Amino acid sequence: MAEMDEPEKKRRRVVELTENMIVDGVCGGSCEWEGRWNHVKKFLERSGPFTHPDFEPSAECLQFLIDTCKILVIGAGGLGCELLKDLALSGFRNIDVVDMDTIDVSNLNRQFLFRSKDVGRPKADVAADFINSRIPGCRVVPHFKKIQDLDETFYRQFHIIVCGLDSIVARRWMNGMLLSLLVYEDGEVDQTSVVPLVDGGTEGFKGNARVILPGLTACVDCTLELYPPQINFPMCTIATMPRLPEHCVEYVRILQWPKEMPFGDGVALDGDDPEHIQWVFQRSLERSAEFNITGVTYRLTQGVVKRIIPAVASTNAVIAAACATEVFKLATSAYVPLSNYMVFNDVDGLYTYTFEAERKENCSACSQIPQDLRFTPSSTLQEVLNYLTESASLQMKSPAVTATVEGKSKTLYLQSVASIEQRTRPNLSKSLRELGLTDGQELAVADVTTPQTMLFRLCFTS
Amino acid sequence: MFLVVFPTISLWGDHGQEALENAHVCLINATATGTEILKNLVLPGIGAFTIVDGHTVAGEDVGNNFFLSSNSIGKNRAQAATELLQELNSDVSGNFVEESPDKLLDNDPEFFHRFTIVIGVQLPESTCLRLGSVLWSASVPYLVCKTYGLIGYMRLVVQEHTVIESHPDNALEDLRLDQPFDEFKNHINSYDLTSMEKKDHSHTPWIIIVAKYLDRWLSEHDGQPPKNYKEKESFRQMIREGILKNLNGVPEDEENFDEAIKNVNTALNPTKIPSAVEDLFSSGQCNITAQSPSFWVMLRAVKEFVHSEGSGNLPVRGTIPDMIADSQKFINLQNIYREKALQDSAAVAKHVESLLQSVGKPAESISERDIKLFCKNAAFLRVVCCRSLAEEYHVDSVNKDEITSCMDSPDSEMVFYLMLRAVDRFYQLHSRYPGVYNYQVEEDISKLKLCVNSLLQEYNLNVNIKDDYIHEFCRYGAAEPHTVSAFLGGSAAQEAIKIISHQFVPFNNTFIYNAMSQTSATYQL
Repeated sequence: MAEMDEPEKKRRRVVELTENMIVDGVCGGSCEWEGRWNHVKKFLERSGPFTHPDFEPSAECLQFLIDTCKILVIGAGGLGCELLKDLALSGFRNIDVVDMDTIDVSNLNRQFLFRSKDVGRPKADVAADFINSRIPGCRVVPHFKKIQDLDETFYRQFHIIVCGLDSIVARRWMNGMLLSLLVYEDGEVDQTSVVPLVDGGTEGFKGNARVILPGLTACVDCTLELYPPQINFPMCTIATMPRLPEHCVEYVRILQWPKEMPFGDGVALDGDDPEHIQWVFQRSLERSAEFNITGVTYRLTQGVVKRIIPAVASTNAVIAAACATEVFKLATSAYVPLSNYMVFNDVDGLYTYTFEAERKENCSACSQIPQDLRFTPSSTLQEVLNYLTESASLQMKSPAVTATVEGKSKTLYLQSVASIEQRTRPNLSKSLRELGLTDGQELAVADVTTPQTMLFRLCFTS
Repeated sequence: MFLVVFPTISLWGDHGQEALENAHVCLINATATGTEILKNLVLPGIGAFTIVDGHTVAGEDVGNNFFLSSNSIGKNRAQAATELLQELNSDVSGNFVEESPDKLLDNDPEFFHRFTIVIGVQLPESTCLRLGSVLWSASVPYLVCKTYGLIGYMRLVVQEHTVIESHPDNALEDLRLDQPFDEFKNHINSYDLTSMEKKDHSHTPWIIIVAKYLDRWLSEHDGQPPKNYKEKESFRQMIREGILKNLNGVPEDEENFDEAIKNVNTALNPTKIPSAVEDLFSSGQCNITAQSPSFWVMLRAVKEFVHSEGSGNLPVRGTIPDMIADSQKFINLQNIYREKALQDSAAVAKHVESLLQSVGKPAESISERDIKLFCKNAAFLRVVCCRSLAEEYHVDSVNKDEITSCMDSPDSEMVFYLMLRAVDRFYQLHSRYPGVYNYQVEEDISKLKLCVNSLLQEYNLNVNIKDDYIHEFCRYGAAEPHTVSAFLGGSAAQEAIKIISHQFVPFNNTFIYNAMSQTSATYQL
């Protein structure tokens, strides 16, 4: 047998080394060590009686997670930090994270990827840095942006999106974005255009985790009535960006009271003591004046003081863990994913309730059925706007309405641009007939709760 | 840039936070589950923790554990984890003992007496039971946790855990409309709805409105309050007619009257002592001795109050819900209840004092602040008593009924409890868990099945466990996936905080989490 020449020896040696690495399931380089993925591999390389019918055990499953699978985490706060850790320790490597906030001191007792030296820096950046350095090989890419600043080409690149948001509005926007990515063939959803959405939310000792397959299963808007009006406020909002009178009260309660101890050292604020509330009320008024916020009253002050629901580290841990488990199932088909909603509450013992939320036939977001608006021709535009904001199934925030009148596109009312708001304000008190609208015509409505304009059909009633 | 120190805002209040800061938690085994539990205790600020772990860090430990890094491979696991957990919160004092719990139990079992709570993670059965026995005798709360494949398990072992502040989700208000105390009656009488200006009329608290109309109803109905739906409807109508009308006879917009009408149902709930509290009154613990904990002394005092100054009722709670009213009227009404609550609490304090005296203890042993808190929460008091592990495991006292009735439902989580007991048995026999290595999975199925059968036989449990579950538990190979560890980490930490702070009600006593279906169950075993 002829001697192998040097380049061939070298090539075989490289192949040999690479093969050994594949057998260990590693990516090469110093970021791997023996046994690293033992816990995960048992679910990917062994068959079992409860796996998903599509599941095929193989070493490639783990490689897919490590090399190829792209996950997007929305939010790098209480839930987001937990999600990043959970995903990284489950084998995911290509993780993007989006968060528009910077770190505040009030975050530190919960959002464990942040330290006091990080205060002021973007949450997404710091979270990514921490995970990437603590978990070798992990490549978290941060985006210090609002979700609305990113477009469909961005969102389309991910296999699964998981949300840890503290706002219904943002959730609905995300929901709408993924619905807008759907491709329909003969009235059926093209499954390759579906990006699964795993969504987690917490409030004190309560939380929920759900799996949404846009276009196929119940979406966020299908179950809008499940979300009660939010009465808790993120601490970062209170400290730096108050918008509501409630935020002013919280600022006084949390910051000024402990600093000034107005009724003696160590005397805690008692929501049932009128003198205490009076003190908080006065200072809340001062704070609200600073930010031109109106609405601080004695009653509101007491209401806020007694109803605050702080965030709890352990609830975030539980909900994020449940969500990450679902991401793992969706990515690997190791098990059948949650179908489709789990509620958790540990006020009295621990309680979970799991059920299948149903799609709403006429869901304003995912049913593709144009929504009817029924009004008399003499109803005012204001009444239409009231319906859009107050209806339990729509819950819009500040809808902008456009219609085609006499062949021309006309903005009937828009709030977000001051000059247009002023110009269109007189339309609010005009009747629909006066505005030149006809029975059966389409109205296009834009709102922060959805990335795409919603089409409505105007139906005149008598 | 300025740095402001925020006090930790917690659901368990300042005194709960204080309890947390005085707590010393012991964690046995710094596995992923263990460190996740500890993370959720370190972040809110427990005073100190001590990790007991004799293991050295292996490659697979680092793979699923956020608090171990690859350069700690080969080092003692307790020490390695302590470093990274300590880094989370410098106010917490982190300690470690490089020793197995079995060794400590052999040489120095009293080591464990110093802790506020001991959390044992991934313990083999023998160690778990030994520790349970030591902690039960020393009355140290014990929380057992285990992540096994996609199953999470927790067992709380505490003899008697009292909860003053249970913070129930939907508590009924204590308004005493059916039994108005004198000061309340006088306050109601100071109002004359018929002679008020609109502004006052529309800003009168709904409690006053209901009270006024109730007075009228009682005088018209022989002193009998509205009882059935029909009568309550008439009552509501009576209030509705009290809404001011304008010159054209159209009712004005009086939101406070709307509130009154809406609240009629709950307002008419008779004042009574909840049965859970009545049960506590009949407990043997009410016989006060010098060893009685303050909870029982105060409970006995409240019981005596009920039979004397309280005229059959608990002390007035002293709070009212928010309602539409001008500030002055609201505050005045609120003060009526507050002052009555203070009065009642002072009366209870007198009973406390004489009880303490009767057992030779100083009156200062129970503070006025504690008595006030107790009285405010009198309707929500809870006591949780868990059975010991010995009782759970002993053939004569095993809870057969619970196990067999749960196993009648096909989807019950109980099957996982039995499988966990079976793998524990496997470990005792073979000094390893089933299916850890790939080649073992198949051959261990029959071995595990033998353990299942011997378990069911020993306890005389007439239940059937499908082969699928035996296969699945071999497949798990005692894996501890991070997401299941994290779920348990959050759950266990919260239960530990409940034990430490004595706020909110802990589970009793076995919790099973199934990550395959995202379901869970709690059993009292």
